Amino acid sequence: MSSSTPTIPVPMNPDHVIDKQREEQPRLLGFWVFLMSDALIFALLFAVYATMMTHATDGGPTGKQLFDLKASLIETLLLLVSSFTFGMASLNVMYRPQRLRMLVGWLGVTLALGLAFLAMELNDFRLLIAQGASAQRSGFLSAFYALVSTHGLHVTAGCVWLLLMLVQLKVFGLDARVRLRLKCLALFWHFLDVIWVAIYGIVYLQGLI
Amino acid sequence: MDRLAGYRQELRRYRAGLLLAIILTAVPTVMVRWGGFSASATLMWVLALVLIQIAVHLYCFLHIGTQRSSRDELGLILFTAVIVLLMVGGTLLVFIDQMQRMG
Repeated sequence: MSSSTPTIPVPMNPDHVIDKQREEQPRLLGFWVFLMSDALIFALLFAVYATMMTHATDGGPTGKQLFDLKASLIETLLLLVSSFTFGMASLNVMYRPQRLRMLVGWLGVTLALGLAFLAMELNDFRLLIAQGASAQRSGFLSAFYALVSTHGLHVTAGCVWLLLMLVQLKVFGLDARVRLRLKCLALFWHFLDVIWVAIYGIVYLQGLI
Repeated sequence: MDRLAGYRQELRRYRAGLLLAIILTAVPTVMVRWGGFSASATLMWVLALVLIQIAVHLYCFLHIGTQRSSRDELGLILFTAVIVLLMVGGTLLVFIDQMQRMG
């Protein structure tokens, strides 16, 4: 082994793992502050939607006529499973950092699920707009698109971030910085899943009752 | 040995999270699609199950609990929950009242 090859810092014993966790704690807490402020944006978009959904359809189509239960259920399952696969990636970061290929595999599966979700959502929007249910049709639809596409933009950002992390894993390996960024991305990804659960319940299921 | 136990415990947690999340998604979906309940009862169940599912996600995927290492995050989440309750609740209160008054 020459000294020029980069070595991957491997947590050797549980104490070391716990030390690492303590070091990263303040930074992760900072990321939590961002996530919670993001949650406030979504909360207000939900509030706008809730005030618009029943009385602001302007004679146009309602949620019951528009929403497709099967498509939104499949989207929900895609995101749920992607949350799980990211969890598996996090476990690999934590406990098997030497097996980089498995980590890349789980991240790749997560990325594919995220992209599949985005493709389905865009297809949904396309079908809605083809039925004349575009954002300018009524206040209800404006609020609907504002809420759902804000989430979609977040997922897009998450996918781009995931791609960048795959590049960083290739370039830097799994060093301390990359590990911290992956932890933040994991929080972001699970957080988006939580938001989607609320969208599925409050927008889609509620609209179809 | 400790690391292996920790690994297994976390793996169990993620698996339980996935399983519970799928069940908690399936139940309200079935209720809306095939359930014979009244609209308001269905709505209550859907909202309650959404809240439970969010709690499951926080515990299983985001590892938020009462243990010391996640106490700061828990405080932050509870604070945000209060703010959300005030803002969303206030908005709904004002707008629903206004709609009723305006017929």
